[in-house]
Amino acid sequence: MSGQSQRLNVVPTVTTLGVVKARLVGATRGHALLKKKSDALTVQFRQILKKIVSTKESMGEIMKESSFSLTQAKYVAGDNIKHVVLENVRNASVKVRSKQDNVAGVKLPRFEHFTDGEPKADLTGLARGGQQVQACRAAHIKAIEVLVELASLQTSFLTLDEAIKTTNRRVNALENVVKPRLENTISYIKGELDELEREDFFRLKKIQGYKKREIERQMVAGKAFAEEQAVEKVALMKGISFNSAHNILAVGAEKDEDIIF
Amino acid sequence: MANKIPIPTKSSALIAMIADEDTITGFLLAGVGNVDLRRKTNYLIVDSKTTVKAIEDAFKEFTTSEDIAIVLISQYVANMIRFLVDSYNKPIPAILEIPSKDHPYDPTHDSVLSRVRYLFSAESVASDRR
Repeated sequence: MSGQSQRLNVVPTVTTLGVVKARLVGATRGHALLKKKSDALTVQFRQILKKIVSTKESMGEIMKESSFSLTQAKYVAGDNIKHVVLENVRNASVKVRSKQDNVAGVKLPRFEHFTDGEPKADLTGLARGGQQVQACRAAHIKAIEVLVELASLQTSFLTLDEAIKTTNRRVNALENVVKPRLENTISYIKGELDELEREDFFRLKKIQGYKKREIERQMVAGKAFAEEQAVEKVALMKGISFNSAHNILAVGAEKDEDIIF
Repeated sequence: MANKIPIPTKSSALIAMIADEDTITGFLLAGVGNVDLRRKTNYLIVDSKTTVKAIEDAFKEFTTSEDIAIVLISQYVANMIRFLVDSYNKPIPAILEIPSKDHPYDPTHDSVLSRVRYLFSAESVASDRR
């Protein structure tokens, strides 16, 4: 199935030529469109790459801050705060919802975080260190924001990567396989049709020549016949054979070269 | 497109966590934690006694669960189950490696970031991994 000279297996007729030509037009248009799509995706992809790198860097900073605020809260409220927290887990108040962005026909997921219901007013840190606990909570919510953004970027990155690969594969397949094959088919059909036409032309010429020769032959035969007829008529009127008289003359003219008179 | 994975548009989804106790405590304080009717949590606290098997199981459970959109995983935990994290390639839930308090963050180990770096420059940072 490889090689440049490959072509579709079709009957070389004018109808097929039209069909294949239409397919080539379609393939060319599809190729151009896919190329555009690939370019658009690549632009988007590069933007996301840049954002990912910067967000990853800022994530480190924010995680450090939130860890530090947790340490502060622990120091003030006592180390057993974590047991209180771990025991007080009920339902998540911070959740994410996913939406879709559409970039050139590729659906990119986007996460968005939201707080579901009232933030829990539990009794954590009621005795001491309430402020630090609140600061720690705020810091972690901020971290969640960044992490959610990063997650949606990362997901878009993976999806786009896949989409770009698929699109490029299609572009290359159209450019290197489908289009050459259609072009080869078209040139093949054209060649075959030309040959047929030449054959036809040759055949017509031949028949024409044959006819011409036949007509000439007929004409010559007709003329000869008419002459003969005319001679016959004259001979009948004179009562002698024109032919014999003619013969005498001809014979005499040949013989009497040395006759003076 | 045959390999297209439908993206669920849910009105709400959870954030799962696999991390050390301090990180989990912080995020629980922020209100991420969830306990369902069967007392199943959406987080796993990894300490010195947690086995790799338990982490693997939790990872698989979180990544196959339908109501989880993001899985946060501490990088040193991710390193323990690196083969699982690297072979995971679905867009949702998204796996996010986060730094933890007592393990500094190493960007070269991050499965996604290494690919990002790889694409960014020819002299890839991630060349030692791929």
